[in-house]
Amino acid sequence: MPNLQAPTAAGSAPGLARALELGLTEFEYGLIVEKLGRPPAQVELACFSLLWSEHCSYKHSKKLLRSLPSEGPALVMGPGENAGAVDVGDGLVCAFKVESHNHPSAVEPFQGAATGVGGILRDVFAVGARPIAVLDSLRFGEATSPRSRYLLDRAVAGIGHYGNSIGVPTVGGEVYFEGPYEQNCLINAMCLGLAPRERLIRAAAAGVGNALILFGASTGRDGIGGASVLASAELGVDDAAKRPSVQIGDPFEEKKLLECSLELLDRELLVALQDLGAAGLTSSAAEMASKGEVGVDVHVDRVPLREPGLEPFEIMVSESQERMLCVAVPERVAEVLAVCERWETRATVIGEVTDSGHMRVLCDGEVVGDMPVPALVDDCPLYDLDPQSPVAQLYPAPVRTLHTEEPREVLLALLSSSNLASRRPLFEQYDCVVQSRTVRRPEQSDAAVLVLDPSAVAAAPDAPAPALAISIDANGRRVACDPYGGTVEAVLECAANLACAGAEPLGLTNCLNFGNPEKPHIAWQLTESIRGLGDACRALGVPVVGGNVSLYNEGGQGPIYPTPVVGMVGRLPDARRAGGLGFAADGDEIALVGPFAPDLHGSELAKLAGAELPLGLPEFDLDAVRAAIAAVRDAVRAGSLASAHDVAEGGLAVALAECALAGGRGATVSVDPERPTPGHRKALPALFGESPGGFVVSGSPAALAALTARTRVVTLGRVGGDALSIDAGETRVTVELAALRQATGALAALFA
Amino acid sequence: MKFGVVRFPGSCDEVDAQLAAARVGEAVLLWHADRDLQGVDAVIVPGGFSYGDYLRAGAIARFAPVMDAVAEFARDGGLVLGICNGFQVCCEAGLLPGALLPNTGLRFVCRQVQLEVVNASTPFTAGCAEGERLSIPVKHTTGRYYAPAPLLDAMSERGQIVLRYAPGENPNGSIQDVAGVCNEAGNVFGLMPHPEHAVDALTGSADGLALFASMASAAGPRPLARA
Repeated sequence: MPNLQAPTAAGSAPGLARALELGLTEFEYGLIVEKLGRPPAQVELACFSLLWSEHCSYKHSKKLLRSLPSEGPALVMGPGENAGAVDVGDGLVCAFKVESHNHPSAVEPFQGAATGVGGILRDVFAVGARPIAVLDSLRFGEATSPRSRYLLDRAVAGIGHYGNSIGVPTVGGEVYFEGPYEQNCLINAMCLGLAPRERLIRAAAAGVGNALILFGASTGRDGIGGASVLASAELGVDDAAKRPSVQIGDPFEEKKLLECSLELLDRELLVALQDLGAAGLTSSAAEMASKGEVGVDVHVDRVPLREPGLEPFEIMVSESQERMLCVAVPERVAEVLAVCERWETRATVIGEVTDSGHMRVLCDGEVVGDMPVPALVDDCPLYDLDPQSPVAQLYPAPVRTLHTEEPREVLLALLSSSNLASRRPLFEQYDCVVQSRTVRRPEQSDAAVLVLDPSAVAAAPDAPAPALAISIDANGRRVACDPYGGTVEAVLECAANLACAGAEPLGLTNCLNFGNPEKPHIAWQLTESIRGLGDACRALGVPVVGGNVSLYNEGGQGPIYPTPVVGMVGRLPDARRAGGLGFAADGDEIALVGPFAPDLHGSELAKLAGAELPLGLPEFDLDAVRAAIAAVRDAVRAGSLASAHDVAEGGLAVALAECALAGGRGATVSVDPERPTPGHRKALPALFGESPGGFVVSGSPAALAALTARTRVVTLGRVGGDALSIDAGETRVTVELAALRQATGALAALFA
Repeated sequence: MKFGVVRFPGSCDEVDAQLAAARVGEAVLLWHADRDLQGVDAVIVPGGFSYGDYLRAGAIARFAPVMDAVAEFARDGGLVLGICNGFQVCCEAGLLPGALLPNTGLRFVCRQVQLEVVNASTPFTAGCAEGERLSIPVKHTTGRYYAPAPLLDAMSERGQIVLRYAPGENPNGSIQDVAGVCNEAGNVFGLMPHPEHAVDALTGSADGLALFASMASAAGPRPLARA
């Protein structure tokens, strides 16, 4: 039994009923009492309820996540730190992570999305990396729904507000509209940062007697209990009342905090650094102590407050934004405070590192909480899931919106559908050029491309310019059809996008957005999806460097589509050879490359046609897809292709249209309908069917022929003219570029 | 030729401007709290969100100590380039005529736009030809240039309208498609587009480099105080 100092000033213990209100179970409460040897005081219960919440403890997913591969030649820092990191060469490492801010955004989309960006930025600069890019992955209900349009409008504004104001470019992302996200939108933000290898810092507190310094914004009542109240429970009818649980962001404060943190690290003034995110000071202090296997004393009366009268437990769990916690040796404290003052960032010594192994919370010299650090951080019970595969599809068929099979009309309907139309009205609200690294902007290539060193580019215009390529992907509907296969597809799509830019994957991060894992079918989705994620990563040799899990994504109408969002970072040796998706020159030959096996099940066309979601997707040859990805990557980085584009949602015809629009050039092609079906229907699978492993590339006949040694190549036609003309057996589709452009501009209406 | 790029809390494009200027000369950062301009030959007030753009874009930055020195430098005929937020700051500081209002679309817009050089005889555009088109990105929420009609006519007559958005390219509703203006003396120039983000074809366009190159050739030794 641990020897714990009973709090002297906390009054009576709040008891089991309060614990249940805070989201703990009776079993968990009993375990806490056992760990403490007495019922927890108010501060202690608040700390436990947050750190033992799903959001902080991963108690329903941790066992599954251990199956993911986290080793690789480029890996520098794996799961468990604020952000994972990979070696990108030239003495630099890239730290990156994706995180969700779903429930706050469903309640208050502008601040929810903005602080989602703010939080992921802090995760990255907390390890000492300067954030160089943000990407986002968004899901809303159908665009016909006023609520979805409101959430979209405000979430996009919030992302832009934060990213633009802080000087980090938003270089890519994805957004889809599907009925099951109507109540529970998804806002996932990914950030990556760069650091000289020696500047990376871990979050482990060390050195008994060292000072614990809180710096950044003051602490208020915003976001009290966000991790347990919002992030670890299903959404319900009284969500408007939860608005006080949503944090308010201040990007200006964070910009100062960012510059200040990096200067502190450059001057080597810190022993450890940690951001304050979910569960605020409780989580940061406990995590730091846990990693360093030390104790900490936190004096809550020294914490600068935004308003008077906060209770000690409120100070400990507040999720006020733009705060960091660092550890410094006593002799360096004055210098730390001086750097903070120069950046007009408030800094306060609020405690010290101890050898007790406990986190003690003190207020005016009295102990109001005393908890063993391992009990807080490591001893939350982990649960086994009870997965059961469903015998019927869990999700209703989408509402039918397309009533024709005439291929030209189908193509235009797909291009103007909310899932495929140009994302320009969104990404134009984001600064994509600040920091002078952006070589490929949205819609120029399948992946964003950023040079590692802009000053080297200026100094040596002819030298190779090493660069990173980044992609973020997920397809919830396909994962709903087949949690294993759909997740494998998402990983492959990311790798395919990187290949089209010429980049080889170095590492992967993920955000697993699922419903309530205590329900057997959701448990099955999660289990199968993680199995697919692991298999795909092992097949590609890409380590999972970290990630985030967001569960309980359910509204009154049921769970969201299972949505494992995958973010991948790769390297290409020379940005001057970065691939583009647009057709580049009239007369270039066009080919379909890879083991593409189009199928309409689970496709965008099936959605528009209102088809039931199948249980299972067609199997495919993973090795053949991997070979095609490698062949395209090598050809792009050799500079032998004029364009390369992954065939994704909407199939081959939509991919061709996207290449034509991006290049401002038409094309004349013929595709081979293989299915023995009558009339126009015969052409539909070939034109609009989907599958992994397809690329549309263009270039010289010799360059395309060279690919045949490594993968399947089907010559389609040639670039030229001002229309896209597709011959598919008995069917011919001809659409002028202007008509394509008008169709794909459909999203502008959502922002009118 | 030595450029000084001001760094306010909340500046975002100061390092970009420094990198761009370094392609044609030397470039240093100037801290907002210092009055010392370190003997620079030209000053760039960069883009970003100085002081969070709280109150009104540029309204707080104009009171930064460094801006006293910049104003004095401008009075003495030194070259001052205000980009985006820097343009807003120069207008707030009275170094440039007119004001920047919220975009008509009320949204942030980031877009590569075509500009037309209206006056190629300023120290900032001498390397361009009149009527030349420049491809340079804009990215702002508060970029709609406004000046009262009589002032605008007078400015136009005096050659103070330096850049316009090409027909159909105006991203923010600026009056008469004005994208960049200079003061009467011609030594202070502000524009909403970001020439520092158009200095290399690799990152989209090299058309903005002409502005920095023009400044480098024009600045030479710093002129003495005006008579």
